Amino acid sequence: MAQRFKDVDWIGLFLWLFRAAIIVLVLWGTVAKIFFGAGNAYSASDWIDFFVSGLSQGSLYALIALGYTLVYGVLFMINFAHGEFFMSGTMTATVFIALPLSASGFLDRNPIIGMLIILVVAMSISVGVALLTERIAYRPLRRAPRLVPLITAIGASFFWQYFFRGLYGSSLIPFPELQALQGKFSFWGVDILKTRAVVIVSSVIMLIGLYFFVMRTKTGKAIRAVAEDKDVAALMGIDVDRTIAITFATGAAMAGAAGILYGLVFRQVHFFMGFVPGIKAFTAAVLGGIGSIPGAALGGLFLGVIEAVGPPLFLEGLGIPGGHQLKDVIAFTMLVLVLIFRPQGIIGERLAEKKA
Amino acid sequence: MKRTLLFVLLTALLAMLLGACGGQQLECDDPLGCVEVAPGDPIVIASALVITGPNEQLGLDSQYGVEIAIDFKGEVLGHEVQLQPEDDGCSAEGGQTSAQKIVSNPQIVGVIGTSCSGAGVPASKIISDAGYTMISPSNTAPVLTDAATHEAGYLRTAHNDKVQGAAMADYAYNVLGVRKAAAIHDGDPYTEGLASVFRDSFTELGGEIVAFEGEAPDATNVEPLLTTVAAAGPEFVYYPVFIPLGSLITKTAKEIDALDGVYLAAADGVQSPDFLEAAGSAAEGMYVSGPDLNFANETYDRLLTSYQEKYGTEPLSVFHAHAFDATTILLNAIEEVAQQGDDGTLLIGRQALRDAVFATSGYQGVTGSLTCDANGDCADPKISVSQVQNGEFVAIWP
Amino acid sequence: MMAQLDVRNTIRMGLLAGVVAVSLSMIGMVEAFDQRDVITDVFSLGQLLLFTAPAIVGYMVVQRGKVKAYGPALFGGLIAGVFAALPIFALLILTLIFPNIRAQLVNVSPTLIGILAFGNGQVVGGLLMTAVMGILGLLGAAIYVIPDRIGNPLILGLGWTLLVGVLSEVLLNILRPLLPRAVLRFLFGTKGITFATAVILLILITTGIVWWQEKGREQAKARREAMSSGQQKTRRQVSLGMGLILLFVLPLILGTYLTEVVDNVGLYILMGLGLNIVVGFAGLLDLGYVAFFAIGAYTVGVLTSQGGLGVGHLSFWVALPIAVATSTMAGMLLGVPVLRMRGDYLAIVTLGFGEIIRVLATSDLLKPVIGGAQGVLQIPKPEIFGFTVIQPQHFYYVILAGVFLAIFLSSRLRDARLGRQWMALREDEDVAEAMGIHLVKTKLLAFGIGAAFSGLAGAIFAARLSSIFPHSFNLLISINVLSLIIVGGMGSLPGVVVGALVLVGLPELLREFAEYRLLLYGALLIAMMVTKPEGLWPSPVRRRELRAAEEETAPQIEQVG
Repeated sequence: MAQRFKDVDWIGLFLWLFRAAIIVLVLWGTVAKIFFGAGNAYSASDWIDFFVSGLSQGSLYALIALGYTLVYGVLFMINFAHGEFFMSGTMTATVFIALPLSASGFLDRNPIIGMLIILVVAMSISVGVALLTERIAYRPLRRAPRLVPLITAIGASFFWQYFFRGLYGSSLIPFPELQALQGKFSFWGVDILKTRAVVIVSSVIMLIGLYFFVMRTKTGKAIRAVAEDKDVAALMGIDVDRTIAITFATGAAMAGAAGILYGLVFRQVHFFMGFVPGIKAFTAAVLGGIGSIPGAALGGLFLGVIEAVGPPLFLEGLGIPGGHQLKDVIAFTMLVLVLIFRPQGIIGERLAEKKA
Repeated sequence: MKRTLLFVLLTALLAMLLGACGGQQLECDDPLGCVEVAPGDPIVIASALVITGPNEQLGLDSQYGVEIAIDFKGEVLGHEVQLQPEDDGCSAEGGQTSAQKIVSNPQIVGVIGTSCSGAGVPASKIISDAGYTMISPSNTAPVLTDAATHEAGYLRTAHNDKVQGAAMADYAYNVLGVRKAAAIHDGDPYTEGLASVFRDSFTELGGEIVAFEGEAPDATNVEPLLTTVAAAGPEFVYYPVFIPLGSLITKTAKEIDALDGVYLAAADGVQSPDFLEAAGSAAEGMYVSGPDLNFANETYDRLLTSYQEKYGTEPLSVFHAHAFDATTILLNAIEEVAQQGDDGTLLIGRQALRDAVFATSGYQGVTGSLTCDANGDCADPKISVSQVQNGEFVAIWP
Repeated sequence: MMAQLDVRNTIRMGLLAGVVAVSLSMIGMVEAFDQRDVITDVFSLGQLLLFTAPAIVGYMVVQRGKVKAYGPALFGGLIAGVFAALPIFALLILTLIFPNIRAQLVNVSPTLIGILAFGNGQVVGGLLMTAVMGILGLLGAAIYVIPDRIGNPLILGLGWTLLVGVLSEVLLNILRPLLPRAVLRFLFGTKGITFATAVILLILITTGIVWWQEKGREQAKARREAMSSGQQKTRRQVSLGMGLILLFVLPLILGTYLTEVVDNVGLYILMGLGLNIVVGFAGLLDLGYVAFFAIGAYTVGVLTSQGGLGVGHLSFWVALPIAVATSTMAGMLLGVPVLRMRGDYLAIVTLGFGEIIRVLATSDLLKPVIGGAQGVLQIPKPEIFGFTVIQPQHFYYVILAGVFLAIFLSSRLRDARLGRQWMALREDEDVAEAMGIHLVKTKLLAFGIGAAFSGLAGAIFAARLSSIFPHSFNLLISINVLSLIIVGGMGSLPGVVVGALVLVGLPELLREFAEYRLLLYGALLIAMMVTKPEGLWPSPVRRRELRAAEEETAPQIEQVG
């Protein structure tokens, strides 16, 4: 025993050094930036731009992260193909609905109705793809070792990516610009791009809606029951397969909606668009505490903001060239940092102990 | 045991009989050996282009150019031309594998590729060592045609970064009269190379590079990047990246007040209708460096029509034109050096073919007038700068 | 019991097959694969793709219903085939109504319509397609109905013939130096095997299998039983020796390109063996395994390069152990922060570590040291006793040595004390700790040794390519390595080899279909995992566990369709 403690201390020391080093670097950079003005001189509105753009990116991460968290909650599997659900709905809705509507002028005359149609189509396609994937690639493997569904998920991810590439081609597809969403809103003297504001507000609404869906409705209760214990839930008369399918569908619907918001902000879609946001959203889900809905939201927002603010703030302060290139490094380092402090994520329950 | 022996003997006998039926032989005195194309057989050329993954547009576009060039050429000396498409994966290992595959087939006469410079480095070595000749439609890295590192069988119809980056710097400094510029790359050797050459040339001219930034090619939120660039106060922003990131930067730049009135410029990686469609009105007024495709060129019009008919899309990138020229040069050279037998057999000497391609001079292609130098640079040294006007690239300089 | 033909189910399955066929057409696979003939000028791969669906579904409906009577079975097959054609008919009609549909679906091209309609107008062609698919469905059903004695060999014969046709390029590559041109021309067309070859093959294989079933199997069994145990042992040793010799002369048989492919597979085997220690033995899910590969490659690159970035200009053989040591160190360092993380937390953190390494390698920050986007160039080829290792055939032996070393170490470790500790760790960390297993040491050793193998692979990779770029070290490699060990069978050493052959070798041979390689790869992963979740060659321990688990939880019978 004594031997073991000695080693743990040694490891603990290393971890403390690691934490301290990162925190010192971040603080040093920040102080150098703010008080000594290293690098570029940013105005207050520049900082607001950094923050708001990070927030809107983060809310997209949050919406996608929900899918990971929900599925993880019930099945304990990383649904690697989730980014593809996000892509499939958006691509289809853009090609078949948004572009024709925009070309005919309908979209600009009735922006709200038009966007709703696009949204509904995107969400349904995402849900369809998700249900199909669940049925073919995941359901037969309920009892298989845990890594097996991870591999089929990876397979599904490749499959859908290249399936949709085959359908719609590999070129970049422009998402129509809405006249009504051009320009900026002004809140108390702060200018924010309308698209960003719309994304942030609608994400928050959807997150809250989802939270109530899971916490208050009967279906939500069933999802939580299945997450807690499938066998007991089945004994209580809950149709487990159906509930799992609903969970997938809910996550995919959120992803489909996120896809349309993505289209609004970045105004271009292509078959590869799901991969990187998918991985980032997964990171966000873990960061917030996987299995927890508020955790996913918080993780997503944190990740989006740190990616946007980190490079100009502490990387420039440290005098590192080409900081924006390194935002992924910041994101993942923050992940490690958070997980060292709290292995269960920012507000996750101790899943690791309980269920892993 | 006895039966096996019998089988072997029979096979050998059959083989000898069939072998004896061959036609009369042409003499091959080429130091690198020859390709013999029997009557009725196609002439096989290979391509090694990136046709999967995130950069596939680049390679597919070139492959379409190659295919159209073969269509246009029709038969060469009575033989159909057949393309063996390979994937360079836009990576060193992909270039290596595709090159090994190509050189393992002795019937392949020449190679169009690679798409990416990273793939070109190992591929050019393998292909040259095996005595083959390759022409790349889109490698731009200076190292490939540097006298110290050039491989004997390597040529390209794409512009060396050195030419293009310097041309843009020249235009920005001397024509637009800007003194402070920023450059953005995406970590790809092509874009990083161009951005670096631009930086060096612009500084040499007396200008100042106020920001030199990088971004991930699959980034989505580029607003922070552009805010940083804008805060440095450039008059000119150069981002020689590919279409997805390029259109994203173009559109986002329009939303940043501090970049109002700042010149935006990109390179031939975005010179395609696809980019104009994706970037929409935001691209209006920006500058793009690249070969001049707009001059009254009947061949290019035919190429474009055929492209749209065959593949149902606007060109995915600009390099189909370079690929078209590369293929035509290769096929012309084959036509020139092939010895013809009485029965239609062709004998193509590898060294002769290589020499013929290197001897290309003043060839009027769709990308201009092409002359290959000793290090394999064939592109027309004239780089034009075009501006996006009313949704079209309009050449404005020189 | 004679089951009845379920008409509704038949129609449903027929339609399903049709949807599959129409999807394959819409994503452009049929058109692309039509370029390649399986049997020259007779049958293209695109047609194979299109027409397999009705034939299979015709077979499946009667098999599902166990319909053995000729009348209903053939009728069922016909119905299924006809319904399989309906979605294609619908697509053809759609192109009549919306001639501009290609603006949305880029691959619905005139060429595709030409293939689907056999060069006729949409309506006539559609009817023709319905007839053809109906007949194919019928034939599919017929194969089930005719006695197994002939039916099975026929299916196998057809399958093998088509497989040879599809892989004709590979065969051609091997046979090209061996046989004279005229023979080759007789056997192979420009893009596939010739009709004559196909017929000969079909007859040979089918009769061969019939003979084997009727007589050969008995004879072989009898001969084996007649041998004494000593003889059997000698026989085993002889076949083992033959296998080894084959392994050594393989590059001579395969030629340059296929050896290159084998080299690639070899590097993946090396990485797979390393990751197998981390994931398979110790149960630590690592998605950032490419990082150590990159570290190994960059170490060799920087230490040996003759270009501007080179420091030291060491020989490959000096740099190699340094690279392995560096990777090991990196593996252990990564291990420390993740010591207390489990399962999926571990997965994302390691994934992040892989990405961090790649982004740093690309970045301007480290450009002065490791070249940034422009990579490290002019890495010399290894030299050994004055002989330079250049060709893939030469590298084959370097890689083979590495793989043998790794297999030897892995199997020794597995059976040693450490290996048992890893397995205890994999089963239950808490119990393992309670049993007195030193968690920290055990985990760090797993990470370190796993990383060492990967570093070795990276070092060889750098020397082989002579140039390295950060793009080569992306997430896809980690995913590939993880997939291959799981597809092969977790914790199983032969499984790693099999997995690498299937997931790295096979796609490499189908390079021509590069555009659809990843799609097929994805489908393959799903199909393989759904049908054989324990892997292709599971380790004995694993197999036992799974069997136990199955007995424990009553097997669920899946209702498909």
